[in-house]
Amino acid sequence: MASFKPTRIQVYPKLGEKVTQDTLYWKNYKAPVQIKEFGAITNIDFSPLAPHTYAVTASTRVHIYGPFSQEPVKTFTRFKDTAYCGRFRSDGQLLVAGCEDSAVRLFDVSGRVAIRMFKGHTKAVHVADFTSARYHILTASDDYTCRLWDIPNCAELNLYKEHADYIRCGITSKLNRDLFFTGSYDHKLKLFDARVKKSVMTMDHGQPVESLLLYPSEGLIVSAGGRYVKVWDLLKGGQPLVSLKNHHKTVTSLCLGSNGQRLLSASLDRHVKVYNTTNYKVVHNFDYAASILSLGLAPGDESIVVGMTNGILSIKHKKTAEDSKDRTVRQKRQPSYRVFVKGKNYVPKQDDYLVSKPVKDYLAKYDKLLRKFNVSKALDAAMEHWSRFRKSEVPVAVIKELDRRGTLKNALAGRDEKELNQLLSFVVANLIDSRFTAILTTTAEMLLDIYQSTVGMSALVDRQLLRLQELLDKETEYQQELMEVLGMLDVLFASNLPRKEVAPPGSGLAKGAAVAGSRQPQIQAS
Amino acid sequence: MVPHADPRVVQRGGSKINFREPVITKDSRFLICASGEYIKVFSTSTEECIHHLEGHTDRVTGLVLNPSNHLQVYSCSEDGTVRLWDFTDGILIRVLTTSNRPVVGLKSEPMLVSLTLPPSVNRNMKVSELSVLIGKVSPDPKCIAIGREGDYIASVKDNVLNVYFLKKKESYRFSLNNVGVKKARNVFNCVACHPKEDCIATGHGDGRIRLWRNFNRKKEYIYSTVHWHHSGVFALCFTPEGTNLLSGGLESVLVQWRYDQEGQRDFLPRLGSAITDITVSPDGSLFCTSHTDNKITVIQNGSMVSAIIQGLVHEDSVKTALMVDPRTKALVLNGKPGHLQFYSLQQDKQLYNLDIVQQEFINQSNLDQFEVVKAALDSCGDWLATVEQRNAKELEINLKLWAFNQQAQSFVLNTTIAAPHDDGITEICFSPSGQTTTTLVTVSLDRHFKVWQLTQPDPADDEEPSWSCDFVGAYHSLVPKCCCFSADGSLLAVSFQEVVTVWSPASWDLLTTLSQPPGVIQNLCFGRLKCAKYLLGSNDQNLLCCWNLLTCSLEWSTSLDVSLLLADPLSENVAAFCGTTKSTDLFVFVPSEPRPLFSQRALCSGQVTRAVFSAREDPLDSCQESSRWLNHSQLYFLTHNMDLLTFLTKTEEERLIASSKQQTIDDSVAMTPFYLLLGKHRKQQQEDQDILSSQSGERTLLPQGSVAIKELLHTPAHVLPAVSMLCSMFVSSLLLSASHSREEMQPPEEEMESEKEEDDSEEEEEKKETEAGHFISSSASRAGGPVLTKTQQTELRRVKKLDYNWICEIKDSTP
Repeated sequence: MASFKPTRIQVYPKLGEKVTQDTLYWKNYKAPVQIKEFGAITNIDFSPLAPHTYAVTASTRVHIYGPFSQEPVKTFTRFKDTAYCGRFRSDGQLLVAGCEDSAVRLFDVSGRVAIRMFKGHTKAVHVADFTSARYHILTASDDYTCRLWDIPNCAELNLYKEHADYIRCGITSKLNRDLFFTGSYDHKLKLFDARVKKSVMTMDHGQPVESLLLYPSEGLIVSAGGRYVKVWDLLKGGQPLVSLKNHHKTVTSLCLGSNGQRLLSASLDRHVKVYNTTNYKVVHNFDYAASILSLGLAPGDESIVVGMTNGILSIKHKKTAEDSKDRTVRQKRQPSYRVFVKGKNYVPKQDDYLVSKPVKDYLAKYDKLLRKFNVSKALDAAMEHWSRFRKSEVPVAVIKELDRRGTLKNALAGRDEKELNQLLSFVVANLIDSRFTAILTTTAEMLLDIYQSTVGMSALVDRQLLRLQELLDKETEYQQELMEVLGMLDVLFASNLPRKEVAPPGSGLAKGAAVAGSRQPQIQAS
Repeated sequence: MVPHADPRVVQRGGSKINFREPVITKDSRFLICASGEYIKVFSTSTEECIHHLEGHTDRVTGLVLNPSNHLQVYSCSEDGTVRLWDFTDGILIRVLTTSNRPVVGLKSEPMLVSLTLPPSVNRNMKVSELSVLIGKVSPDPKCIAIGREGDYIASVKDNVLNVYFLKKKESYRFSLNNVGVKKARNVFNCVACHPKEDCIATGHGDGRIRLWRNFNRKKEYIYSTVHWHHSGVFALCFTPEGTNLLSGGLESVLVQWRYDQEGQRDFLPRLGSAITDITVSPDGSLFCTSHTDNKITVIQNGSMVSAIIQGLVHEDSVKTALMVDPRTKALVLNGKPGHLQFYSLQQDKQLYNLDIVQQEFINQSNLDQFEVVKAALDSCGDWLATVEQRNAKELEINLKLWAFNQQAQSFVLNTTIAAPHDDGITEICFSPSGQTTTTLVTVSLDRHFKVWQLTQPDPADDEEPSWSCDFVGAYHSLVPKCCCFSADGSLLAVSFQEVVTVWSPASWDLLTTLSQPPGVIQNLCFGRLKCAKYLLGSNDQNLLCCWNLLTCSLEWSTSLDVSLLLADPLSENVAAFCGTTKSTDLFVFVPSEPRPLFSQRALCSGQVTRAVFSAREDPLDSCQESSRWLNHSQLYFLTHNMDLLTFLTKTEEERLIASSKQQTIDDSVAMTPFYLLLGKHRKQQQEDQDILSSQSGERTLLPQGSVAIKELLHTPAHVLPAVSMLCSMFVSSLLLSASHSREEMQPPEEEMESEKEEDDSEEEEEKKETEAGHFISSSASRAGGPVLTKTQQTELRRVKKLDYNWICEIKDSTP
C-alpha cells in the first residue's frame, strides 16, 4: 500500500541577482555617511599607518579625516588654486599635493604650513607621490613632463619628457626606490627607472589613461582609461593580460581590496565594480548618486570612501559584530538546541531491543483533504494558506491538482460572497504572473461561467470583477506593445545575422541555405 | 541453412501473471498462478518463484487445488487438456484430454467440473464424458461460482443471473431491468457464493453489490444492495468462514464488508491499480489481489501488504522506447501510469519502479493523466531523461533529468524543465559518452530541436550542476522527426521531413544536408564500428537508404517497408523490422555488405515498433551463420499485443536445459537461492553429525576439517584473524578430510537404491556375515570402533533410511 503522494508545489527559480559570498561581504556595510565638500573630489588617499586617516583633495583644500570622524581632523588650505593628488608618505608623517598653479607643496601632517615647495613645472601638476626611498618625490604635470625631486634640499633630480600629452596619473613602486609609472592622455603608460635617463617600458592603453594601480607583488599593473580597465603583466615585458569593459563611461579610479583579492573600479557612470582578481569577473556592484572621480578603500576593507563630481564624499563603514548583535537580541528567543535533540542521541545498549516506530508522514492540510477527495475544503485550506503567508505557489498548485482531477469546477462552485471575493482577489493578484497565467485563466473562466447569473447581486464581487476586467484590458495593451517591439527586433536581427550557405555536397543532392537558430539560453533548474 | 540451427523466437520473461486468479495452497505458503503456457509457483513470504511448471502448449486458463489431495493442483489450458501437477516437486502427474475445444475455466467441487467456451458448456466427469450444464456463460471464470457444498452453480452474463441446482437439475434465471440510462450500467461483472449460507453476491458495472437470498424458489427471491464503489465491481470473494465479503474494482481499494452488517466496511486503499481478482487462502489469513498492472499483492490479516509479486507491466502501448540500463542490465520501459519500470530479464523480475510524475494517481476513467512519453538513458547510465505529457485542453509537457545517485542506487531528480517545447516531443537522445560534456537533444513537433547541456555551476556556490538549453535548431521551418548521434558523438543527424540534416555538436553548425526524395524520413540510425561512415534512413515510401558520410552521397537504397531500424551497439549489425500490419519480417544486415546476415519472414503478427539490443553477459561463440549476429547481444522486441519476444539460439537452449536439470532438487522447503546456499550446507552437517554419532568410537580420528570449517563459519567475521593466515590451515584441513568424505559419500548413494534392492543387499550381507562369522573387519572402518552386532547394524541402517520429512510437516502445521 503506497502512501499518499502530496501535491507538488512547483518551485520557481528566483529571479535577479544571485546571492554569493561576495554579495554578502560587500553588502555588509552601514548606510553611507555623506559630507559635502567645496568642489569635485579628485583624490582620496589613506594613510598607511593606523589609525588610517585619509586625505581628501577637493577644490583648493586637502582635508584629513579620521577613520570615524564626520568632520575633517586637519585641513590644508594653503593652495592658490585647485589642489590635486594629496598623498601620504609611507610613514604617514608627510603629505604632498600638486596644484593647478604648477607648484608642488609638501606638508607635515601635524603642521599647517607647507614645509617645502617644489617649483619647476610649467603647468598644473596632477600627480605627486613619494618614492619608496622616502626622501624623493615624483611629480607629473600637464606640461608633459615628470620630475623627481629631492626633499631635503628641494632640488630637481631628474626630468623626463617622453609623453606627448597631459600626464594625469602616476604611481611609484613600493619595493624598488627607483621605479615609477606614469600614465598620460597620449594613451601610453610608461615605466621609468631613476637610474637611467629614459623610460624602460612603454605600454599602449588605447585610451587616455586616467588611473594606475600596482599590485602588491608589483608583477602586474592595472590601468584605467576610457571605458576599459586593463591589466598588464610587467614580468612578461608589459604584455596585456586582460582587458575589462564593464563600465559604460570613463573609468576614473582604481583600488585594491581584500588583500589584493578584489579589484575595485569607479567610473563616471556612477558605479563601483568589484572584480575577482583570479578570474576578473565582476562579483559586486555599488551604485552612487553622481559620477565618481575618486575611490579609496581602508585597509581591511573597513570603509569605502567615494568622492563624486558634485563634491559629495560618501563614506561607508563596515558593520561590526556589535551591530549585528543588536538584531539578534531583538529576535524572539527560541528553544535551545538541547530541546530538539532530546533523547535522539541516545545510544542503545547491547541487550536493548529496538522497537521501530513507523515514520509518520506529515501532510499539509490541503493534502489531507485532497486525500479524502474533499475538493472544496482543500481549496479553502489552500486559500487560507495564501492569506496567511502570501505564497501564491500553494493555491496555484492545488488548483492545478484539482484541474488534473477534473474537479476544479466542483471546488469553485457553491461559494458565498466572502469566499468568492477571496477567490477573485487571488485571481486578480496573480493572473498576470506568467508562471500562473495558464491555469488561472481557466479558473477565471470557470468562475465567470458559474457565477454569471449572480452578477449585480453583490457590490463586493462586482468590484472584483471590474478590477479583473481592467487588468485584462491593460494586459492586452501591454502584449500588443510588446509584439510591436518584437517585430521591430526581428527586423533588426534578420538584417544583422549572417546568412549561412551550406556547401552543396558532392552529389548535389541537397540545396538551399539553412538559417541557424540563435542561441537561446533557457529556463530554470529544479 | 540448416533448420535446427536457426535461432527460435521465444517468449522470455515478462509474461502475464494476472490472467486468471491465483490459487493459494492450503498451508498458505505457496501461490500458484497461470503465466502464459506455464504455471508459476511463488512463495507467499519471499515473493520468489519456486517452480515453473511446463507442459501446456497453449495459454493456461484455469487452476484449482485438487480437493482430495491438497498438494496437487489441476490446470486447464486452451490446448484442450487438463493436467494434474504436484506443485511441491513440480511434477506432472496426469494429463486429461477433454476435446478439441479450449477449456477456459475450471472450478472444483467433490467432482471435477469444467466449463468451456460458449456455445457449449461442458461438464467433465471422466475424460470423455461431457455434458452441458448451463448454456451461454461468460468466458470469464469470475462469472461462475459454486455454491454451498456444491449444491448449485451460479453464473452471470450481461444482466441475467443463472442458478443451476445440481441435485434437482433445475436452473433458475433472475434478470435485472436494464432499460434507462442508469440501469444500463448495472450488468453483472462477477459473482461469489457464500460458503455457509444460501447467499449469492454479485458485482455490477455501476459499482453496486447485490446479495441474493431465497433464490431456490423462482418468484420469492430477494436481494439487498450495497454500494461503495464509484465504478464497476470487478472482483468479489467471501472469506472461508463467510464472515466477510471482499470486493475490489477500478479504485484499487480492497473493501471488506461484514456479512450481515453491510454498513461496516474496512478499506485497504492505494493498492496500485485496478483489482481484477481476489483470492483468500483456505485458512482465511491471506488475501491475494491481482491487479491490471500484472501484479499480485499478498495481504496478511486483511490489513497489511506482506508481499508484492510484480511481473512486467503491460500497458496498452509502450510509449517510451525499449532501453537497457547499462548498470543493472535491466529493461527500461513504461510501467504503471507515471512510472518507468526496470525489469530484469535474467531474473524475470521487476527490479524497481521509478516514479517520474510524482503525483497521486487518481483511479478514474476518462481523466487526463500525465504519461511518460519519452525516456532516454545515456550510455553509462548516469543520466536519465524523461518527458511527461498531459493532453488536457492545453498540452502540458515536462522534461525531467535524473542523475544516478550512488548512495541511493537509484535515479534522483536533478532538473525539471516545464514546457521545454511548444508542442509534443517526438524524439529524445543523449550524445554518446566519452566526451567532456553530456548533451541531450529533443526533437519536437514545434519545428525545432533543442540541445540541452549540463552546466557546471561556480565552484564557489554549493549548487548541483543542472541542465539548460544550449542551442535551438531549425531547418526551413520543417517539422523534424528523428535524431541520431553518430557512435563517437561527432555528428548529429536530424531528419526534417524529406531532408536529413547533419550538424556538428562542437559548434552546432549545419554541416550538410542529405535527401533522397520522395518520402518523409521515418527512421534514422548511424552505423557502428567499421560502418561508422554510413547513415541509414527509411522513409514512408518504403525505401531504405544508406548514405556514405565521407562522400555525402547515397551508397545504396532498397525498397523495404521498414517499421523500425535498430543498430546493435556492439557490432556493425543493423536490424530492420519491416512489415505491414499483418506480419513482420526481420532482416539483420551489415551496411557495407550486400547480403543480409539473417532474415526471418513472418516473425510475428502485427507491427513491431519497439525493440532493443541487450548486451550479453558472456558472449556466445556460435559459428552458425544464422546465429552469429546474436553472439554479443540479444534482441528483444515487443509485438503488437505487448508480448516481449526474443531469439533463442541452439547453444543457449542447451545451456538452459542443463541448468534447469541442475535445479530439480526435491524438498518441501521453499527453494530460495538462500536456501540453496545454506540448506545444503546444513544438511551436509546434519549427515556428518549422524555419522559422527554412529561412529562414536572414532572420535579420536575426527576429521579436523569439520571443526575448522565450523569454527570458521560460526565465529563472527570481525573476530577472525586475517584470511591469509587462515587460508593454509583451512585448505590443509580440507585435504585431510578428503579421505573420510569419500566414505561418507556412500550412505546417501545407498539411500537412492530401491527398497527391494536394499533388502537383497541385506540378505547378501547376512550371508556374508554368516560366512565370515564374527570377523567383520572390512566394515569396521565404516561402522566405527565398537563392533556392532548384526541386528544393531541393520537397525541403524533402517533408521538412517527413514524419511523424516513428515516431522517437518507436523512441525510446520502445528503453529
